Amino acid sequence: MAGAVASTLGHAPAAANQGRYQSNPATREASWVRRTLLTLGLAFLGLFLILPLVAVFTEALRKGWEVYIAALTESDAVSAVLLTLTAAVIAVPLNLVFGVAAAWAIAKHDFRGKQLLITFIDLPFSVSPVVAGLIYVLLFGSQGWFGPWLQAHDIKIVFAVPGIVLATVFVTFPFVARELIPLMQAQGRDEEEAATVLGASGWQTFWHVTLPNVKWGLLYGVILCNARAFGEFGAVSVVSGHIRGQTNTLPLHVEILYNEYQFAAAFAVASLLALLALVTLVLKQFVEWRHAVAVKEAAAS
Amino acid sequence: MTTATLAAPAADLAPKRRPRRVLPGFGPTLGFTLFYLSLLVLIPLSAVFFKSFSQGPETFWAAASAPRVVASYKLSFGAALIAAAINVVFGLILAWSLVRYEFPGKKLVDALIDLPFALPTAVAGIALTALYAGNGWLGRLLEPLGIKVAFTPLGVLVALIFIGLPFVVRTVQPVLEDMETELEEAAASLGAQRWQTFRLVLLPILAPALLTGFALAFARAVGEYGSVIFIAGNIPMVSEITPLMIISKLEQYDYVGATAIAAVMLIFSFVLLLAINGLQAWSARRMGER
Repeated sequence: MAGAVASTLGHAPAAANQGRYQSNPATREASWVRRTLLTLGLAFLGLFLILPLVAVFTEALRKGWEVYIAALTESDAVSAVLLTLTAAVIAVPLNLVFGVAAAWAIAKHDFRGKQLLITFIDLPFSVSPVVAGLIYVLLFGSQGWFGPWLQAHDIKIVFAVPGIVLATVFVTFPFVARELIPLMQAQGRDEEEAATVLGASGWQTFWHVTLPNVKWGLLYGVILCNARAFGEFGAVSVVSGHIRGQTNTLPLHVEILYNEYQFAAAFAVASLLALLALVTLVLKQFVEWRHAVAVKEAAAS
Repeated sequence: MTTATLAAPAADLAPKRRPRRVLPGFGPTLGFTLFYLSLLVLIPLSAVFFKSFSQGPETFWAAASAPRVVASYKLSFGAALIAAAINVVFGLILAWSLVRYEFPGKKLVDALIDLPFALPTAVAGIALTALYAGNGWLGRLLEPLGIKVAFTPLGVLVALIFIGLPFVVRTVQPVLEDMETELEEAAASLGAQRWQTFRLVLLPILAPALLTGFALAFARAVGEYGSVIFIAGNIPMVSEITPLMIISKLEQYDYVGATAIAAVMLIFSFVLLLAINGLQAWSARRMGER
C-alpha cells in the first residue's frame, strides 16, 4: 500500500482533544522539552519544505515580471500546458471509473483473493516512475512486443501523445480506488442492501445511496489523482521523446528550460506548477473539512 | 427489480453454504476491474520479466551487476535508507507536535506536510538545486564550511528527505490521535518518568506505524527520479541513482540492460510492498487490541 496510507481521508480527530494533553500532568512534557521539539520540528519543516517553495517563486521573479510573463506565454509553454491538460483530462476520468468499479466490487462483495487484488491495485505506487515509463517502451517501442505491428499500421504510441497518456494513467492508477475502498468498507452494506430489498436497481442504489455517502472521498481521490497527473515527470520523461511543442508536458518543459540555462523561464513555468500544488493543498484541506462535517452530521442523525 | 434480486430467492432454495449476494453489479465491476488492471498494469509489468528472461541468465546478470550499476544501487539504497531514518525521527517529532501541542499556524503546518505529494518532483528538484548550489541561499552558507551538497551524494540525500517526509508523519499521526491517555496516566501514577513512559509505553505502540512510515518512505525514495536528477550532478560511480541508469541505458538503445536493472528494482518493490502490507496488518491488529 505504498503511498496510499498518507493520502487516506476520514481520520477526524475529536475536537475535544484541544489542549487536553497539556492540562493533564501525565501526558505533559516539561516546557523546555516541548519548546525544543517544536523548534526542531518547525525548523526541519522550514528548511526542507518551505524554503524550496519560496525559492521557486523568488527565482521565477528574479528577472522581473516581463520575463516571467514571456516564459509562460511562449508557444512551447502554451503547448506544454495543453498537453498536460490533455493527459490529465483523459487519465483522471478513466481512473475515476476504474476506482468506483473496483471499490464497488471489493467493498460491497466477498470473494477469494480480495487482499491480493488490493495489493495489485497498489502496485503502481511502489513501482519507480522510470520503470513505469519503460514498460510501455517495451510493449509499444520499435523493438517492443507490438512495435513491428504498430509500425506497419503507422500508429505511434511511444514518443507520442498516447504514450504520455498511458504513462499518466499508470502513475495515477490507484488514487481513487485507494481512497474509496477503505471508505466504502467502513460504511458497510446495510444501506445498499436495504435499498435493493426495497426494489431499487443497482444504478439507483449507487446514485442515491452509495454516491452521496462517498462523494467527499471520491473528490479527494480525484484531487490527488489530478495533482499527480499534472506533475508526473519520470514516467512521462521516458515515453515522451522530448519533442518541443509536441510531446512536452509542463514538468518536461521545466527540465528543458533548466538544462538550457534559462533559469528564470524554468522557474516561471515551475512556479505555475507550484501554484497548482498549493491550490491542491487548499482543496484537499477543504474536502477533509467537509468530510469531517458530513461524518459528524451522520453520527448526530 | 433487477434479475439479480429476483434470482436471489431461487438460489436460496439450493442447499448451499455459499453466501448469497444481495447487491447487484458484482460481475461487471469485478470484470472491469480485472480487465483494466491487467491491461494497464499487470501485462505491461510482466513485459519486464519476459524481456529480461528471454536474454538468458548470463546477459541478465552482466547487465544487472555491471560496476557502474552496482555503484548506483549502493547510492540509491543507501541514501534512501538514511533519508527514511532521518524522516522517522523528524516525522515523529512533527506528528507529535501536531497532535499534542498548540501553536500558531498549526493548521497551515498540517496542510504543508503534504506539499511533497502535491509539488511536481521536477519543481522540487530544481528548487533544491537552486538552494544548495554554491551561489544558492543555503549553499553559500555551507560551502565555506567545506560542505558541498549540490551535485554530490549529499544532494541526493536532501532530495530523498524532501519527498519522504509526509509518509512518516501521516502514518504516525492517526495512531497518536487514537491513543488513549489512560496508558500514560497509569504509567505516571506508577511513578514512571516522562521519558520512561515514552520509551517503554508509547514507543512500542508507535513502532508498527513508525516502521510502516519508514518502509513507505524508503520504497518511494529508492524509485525516485524527478527530484533527484537535478541536484545529484549524475557523476558516474559517484552520484548516479539506479533509475537514472535505466534512462541512460534506454538512451543508448540498450533495452536489455535497462530491463535487467528494472527487473531488479521491480523484485525489490514487490518484496517491500509485501512487507508493508504485513506491517500494516500488524499495525491494524495493534490498534484493534486497544
